[in-house]
Amino acid sequence: MSKFLKSIAVFAVVSTSVATPVLAEKFGLGRVALPEEIAAWDQEVRPDGTGLPVGSGDAIDGEEIFADKCASCHGDFAEGIDNWPKLAGGADTLDHEDPLKTVGSYWPYLSTTFDYVKRSMPFGAAGTLTDDEVYAITAYILYSNDMIEDDFVLSNETFFDVDMPNAAGFIVDDRATTEYPQWSGEPCMENCKTDVKITMRALVLDVTPNQTAAEPAAEAKVEETAEVAAVVEEVAAVVEPEVVALDEALVAKGKKTFKKCKACHKIGEGAKNGTGPLLNGVVGATAGAVEKFKYSKAMASAGADGLVWTPEELHAFLTKPKAYMKKTKMSFNGLKKESDRNAVIEYLKSFGE
Amino acid sequence: MTNKTSRRAFLRGAAAVGAGAATVGAAAAQTPDPLITKVQPWASELGDGVDAVRYGLPIEFEGDVVRRNVEWLTADTISSINFTPIHALDGTITPQGCAFERHHSGAIELRKEDYRLMINGLVDRPLVFTYADLERFPRENHVYFCECAANTGMEWAGAQLNGAQFTHGMIHNMEYTGVSLRTLLEEAGLDTAGDLSAKWVFVEGADASSNGRSIPMDKALDDVLVAFKANGEALRKEHGYPVRLVVPGWEGNMWIKWIRRIEVMDGPVESREETSKYTDTLADGVSRKWTWAMDAKSVVTSPSPQSPIKHGKGPLVITGLAWTGNGAITRVDVSKDGGKTWETARLAKPGEKMAMTRFYLDTDWDGSEMLLQSRAMDDTGYVQPTKAQLREVRGLNSIYHNNCIQTWLVRENGEAENVEVS
Repeated sequence: MSKFLKSIAVFAVVSTSVATPVLAEKFGLGRVALPEEIAAWDQEVRPDGTGLPVGSGDAIDGEEIFADKCASCHGDFAEGIDNWPKLAGGADTLDHEDPLKTVGSYWPYLSTTFDYVKRSMPFGAAGTLTDDEVYAITAYILYSNDMIEDDFVLSNETFFDVDMPNAAGFIVDDRATTEYPQWSGEPCMENCKTDVKITMRALVLDVTPNQTAAEPAAEAKVEETAEVAAVVEEVAAVVEPEVVALDEALVAKGKKTFKKCKACHKIGEGAKNGTGPLLNGVVGATAGAVEKFKYSKAMASAGADGLVWTPEELHAFLTKPKAYMKKTKMSFNGLKKESDRNAVIEYLKSFGE
Repeated sequence: MTNKTSRRAFLRGAAAVGAGAATVGAAAAQTPDPLITKVQPWASELGDGVDAVRYGLPIEFEGDVVRRNVEWLTADTISSINFTPIHALDGTITPQGCAFERHHSGAIELRKEDYRLMINGLVDRPLVFTYADLERFPRENHVYFCECAANTGMEWAGAQLNGAQFTHGMIHNMEYTGVSLRTLLEEAGLDTAGDLSAKWVFVEGADASSNGRSIPMDKALDDVLVAFKANGEALRKEHGYPVRLVVPGWEGNMWIKWIRRIEVMDGPVESREETSKYTDTLADGVSRKWTWAMDAKSVVTSPSPQSPIKHGKGPLVITGLAWTGNGAITRVDVSKDGGKTWETARLAKPGEKMAMTRFYLDTDWDGSEMLLQSRAMDDTGYVQPTKAQLREVRGLNSIYHNNCIQTWLVRENGEAENVEVS
């Protein structure tokens, strides 16, 4: 062991004397950056507002721009489609199981939202937004998080009137005091435990991609998508399946797919109307009939004309809502996959009246 | 598959015979091996001439040693990650062609001629360098690992992905050639910045995401490299060709690819990637930020789920990788019984700072079930923790910076599975 340590020491000495070049004066390389060049690239916005351009926008303008440039990934209500980031919701979830981290629930600085939208968004067209558009989109994201009213004009002057709910929610890395001391020193080598039990197995979960030879882009077995962060929930969902007397696996799959609906529709015990009507007992019910929900005229009259949400009608509606009923208020692109619709409908069935 | 494994099949047969024999030593062959007694085509006919392939890929028989994606993790491959096939590699250097990729707005193609690097902010003279300028500064060579903060993140809640590639493959280890960031900052001049202790650099890439990150000045002046070669050749486009930042020991997201700008500042930008992502939420809902260093970690790469034991009992090489962002690996212990007893493995070479270390445990497998674990130690005295220890401090909602001890259940038939143990 002592010999081994000595060899490390020798190595360290040699490596420092060899690896680092001795620097003389300046090299005189490169050229001075011009002010226009610096202005073109130096675009970041900092927590204290440094870099914030003059401009303004409100959520009403922002809604339109967002629908046009952002909603295809982030959803009309910033709720996130498929696996794309959710920008709204999640208030007070950070100390719960599976927290939802959004601009409203997690981001400590508003500058970060402005900075990111301005420099890196929209996906595939970064740097194309005007400053006013960035203000308007930022305002819409805030509005979607119930952080401002729709008549609030966000500008370089009102920027700090907005309170970020999780501004105080961060601490600087404290591993040096909370972790390192207790995980240092000579570790146990023998009789370290009396009993070892397997508590979880990857094969039970079965989410590993197939790895057929010479097939680099192996197809995933799991159709549902989930964020790295949401994997936690995946585990929980699989390990503790819902206890229902339907096609359990399909209901479980539907529960996941229903995440796309959850921003607007509540279901289960205590569910209330939200942006969309509550969905308890919807399968087999007359359309447009949930009490106290303000339907579109189109949906209300379809119900009055006798439309019933049979599984077949739900299939047709959910495939592409606006194609099925042009004037429906439901602003959702639809579930293209038949398997997703089957799963969601099975899930809805599991909440009878 | 059958043709190419004929030789292995023979070896397997020999091992089986050996296992049955009572005496120690080489097995006795039952019949002469035709691979030896018959003249094989490759021993008689001619192979390819030079230049058959101007830039070579691995031979087709190694076609399954590739990066792999886990599709359900992300919405789109443009903003996603894949995994290095660490289960099939040995030594420590990761070939560029199978080193994991992580893009936020896709891998761009940027010509050296179109490349510009700007240094601005609190410097004496804001400067622009071309690629050719960078090649005129004194160069350094260093081997460093680059690990994504999310490596092993999917395992936080429990054993999930069945293979070392997927549980630990968001990592690579390469020899970089480049110019120290200190050299470039000093070329621009830091007198304007005054007291450097509270200063930062903000670094961003030329791609659409720009992936801006803030780095404290003491790190920037310590060992950060502006690199243009890896493993002796130009960076691959997926790793930031023509120039990337190398931030030894710190989370991979800070290793800005296609780096185009370095700004000296009096505070951090608190960008998306350093607030909403790569931060660690604790049980009480408070989150740690600036958790840059990747703590000591190790994993047995073989045997493992994608690299089962095929030879039966007898001599077995247990091997794996260890690394630490806080210094050098000094020791790796291996347990075959889920952490009850440990034996110290052999390091192929003494650990080097912020670089991967290969370990081996040359053992005689009795054919019984094993719960294989490895535990790394570094020169700060730190010992790689268990998942339970990590959870005790960080709670259940953490994702990033998971450096827990990994367990593989190796069955009597040699197959292995990712499991979690008490």
